[in-house]
Amino acid sequence: MIPAIQQLERRGGLDSRVVEMFIRSHTFPLIEGARVTFVWRGQADAVHLRHWVFGLASAQPFHRLAHTDLWHLTIDLPRGSRFEYKFDVVRNGHSQWIRDPLNPNIAHDPFGANSVCQAEGYEVPNWCLPDADARQGTLHELMLNNTAFGGPRPLTVYLPARYRETRRYPLLIVHDGGDYLRYARLKTVLDNLIHRLEVAPMIVALTHPKNRMDEYPNDPHHAQYIVEQVLPFMERNYPVFGTPSQRCLMGASFGGVASLSTAWRYPGVFGKLLLQSGSFAFTDIGENKRGPAFDRVVEFVNAFRENPGRPAEKVYISCGTYESLIYENRSMVPFLQSHGLEVRYDEARDGHNWENWRDRQQSALSWLFPGPLWFVYE
Amino acid sequence: MRRVVVLGPQRHVVTVTEELKLLGLSGRIATITAGWQEREAEDDELSAALGNRSVNLRLHARTDDVFAQDQQLFSAHRRRQDNLRQLQDIYRLRLDHLMASATMLMSRAGPPELIEPEREDTIEQLRALDAHHLRRIRDVHEAFEQEELPGERRALAQHRAEVHGILEECDAVAIAGGHVSTLIGRMRLLDVAAGMVAKPILAWSAGAMVLTDRVIAFHDRPPEGAGNAEILDVGLGIARGIVALPHATTRLKLDDHARMALFSRRFFPADCICLDAGNRGHLDDRTWTFTAGTLRIDRDGATVAASPEAE
Repeated sequence: MIPAIQQLERRGGLDSRVVEMFIRSHTFPLIEGARVTFVWRGQADAVHLRHWVFGLASAQPFHRLAHTDLWHLTIDLPRGSRFEYKFDVVRNGHSQWIRDPLNPNIAHDPFGANSVCQAEGYEVPNWCLPDADARQGTLHELMLNNTAFGGPRPLTVYLPARYRETRRYPLLIVHDGGDYLRYARLKTVLDNLIHRLEVAPMIVALTHPKNRMDEYPNDPHHAQYIVEQVLPFMERNYPVFGTPSQRCLMGASFGGVASLSTAWRYPGVFGKLLLQSGSFAFTDIGENKRGPAFDRVVEFVNAFRENPGRPAEKVYISCGTYESLIYENRSMVPFLQSHGLEVRYDEARDGHNWENWRDRQQSALSWLFPGPLWFVYE
Repeated sequence: MRRVVVLGPQRHVVTVTEELKLLGLSGRIATITAGWQEREAEDDELSAALGNRSVNLRLHARTDDVFAQDQQLFSAHRRRQDNLRQLQDIYRLRLDHLMASATMLMSRAGPPELIEPEREDTIEQLRALDAHHLRRIRDVHEAFEQEELPGERRALAQHRAEVHGILEECDAVAIAGGHVSTLIGRMRLLDVAAGMVAKPILAWSAGAMVLTDRVIAFHDRPPEGAGNAEILDVGLGIARGIVALPHATTRLKLDDHARMALFSRRFFPADCICLDAGNRGHLDDRTWTFTAGTLRIDRDGATVAASPEAE
């Protein structure tokens, strides 16, 4: 099949009206089997695709269609891929990163928003979209005083629909709780998966860091805060099981490091870990090459790999194959298994972003906390 | 002679009304909807299907009331549940390993005279594990009965007496589906089995499962991946000789004959009966008959007519 952009190029006689018709008659990025075509229209000296796909050159140049102001780039993308990108438009030596004006799919994160490319075979999971039939859980904003950090800290608590004080629930403690709610739709996901009986009704403590880059890489104050303050607070005030097998720590990126290092510092407290794209950088020899932000991470992961102990019983790990951390996460799987931990590992053709972490929630939570689907026969 | 009727799910194909007519009963029908948990009382449709002459035993609400009145019993019940949960985890661990080898053997090619005895021996180990687990569950229940003497506790005794009183005035019992562990747990606590002796019983989905000898949970298509069918609890032993498999078509990989053969042979000599919508089985004395279209999983993993003469 000849890509649509080539067909346009071949027809000749291109003018502004023809280009306009082409744009109006397609959606962008243009997905044609494994080929994806990005287009941008306007005056510029150069246009690049900027993305966070590890393994591809981070800036891919567009080509201008002769005699037009239409810029285009076609790349091959494996089935099921999803990645986030921007256009880098260069004019008079000035570079400006913008979202793709022709693509309505946008993903938000703490740094703003990116355009999203969804290759053939990728679908937004329906369980992360609002479902009118799903009963809603509730969020409660609380404040913990006199924390290990020396001041108060906000804490958000999720209670499942049909919450009853006479029941007992598993406890999930989440790092970057606000970001999981905002960018990974964690509340909607929990409401839906619990409604579908795929995940056990659970109580979730969503923590909020002040400075995650400082607090998350193996900070003893952070571990103390989670284990000696958040956990007892939750067990005092909510009907949670109170056994390691029903407690889980969860986090993404540096939050994955925070989860693992906390469980490592307090073995036997958490039976389960949910680690997404953990920044598990390590060195077998030599210096850390990822920059100073990773110094304490590498120090921790090296120490952990030297003496892993038994931080939990069951560990779920996920990572995108387009992340620079893919090798570190892959290597963590046999490493943990060889030390007797039960591990489930999922990969997706996605990057280091919140929607990737959102899309893995069904697989993660249903494995760690299977719902009553097994037990319900209506 | 007691009659037991097991049915497929009633949500879309209601057969309980016709079955009730066939039984020729004109009196009241006691209903058990404890498997619906907090929705136990939302039984208008069921009541209509039973000719508006049903009386709901409200086992779920009664149990909540017992626990609210008797904190000591509630704590003991929780300890029992914790023990059962731990036992189930350990059983699952052992089961996973046995099932892995059995599954590989079922699909392994080779001379039957060599392979088949190995398969049979592995399946025998599975049966032994299932039987062991069932004994452990029974032990936990018996310890609870002996240590807590639930029948002598005031709140529970009162509710049990009320339930037995209602059952005495009813001609039959209808047991709906829902959460199977909740259902059997609440029926056991309120000693329903003793109150419905000799009465005709109509049961579907989880209701049918609790009547069998062993409550066996199964699901080949949950989001976390296909698991292994597992013994969940001791059944009431009223619908003997079968494994009731509600929603078999959607929950089981019936096309995977090796998997189904292992399933069927593991639970032998019980017959694995698919109870999809519209399916029915009747137990008179010790003989089962099933309506046309009701399937059984045979020893080779194929689905065949449960009662060939009915086809």
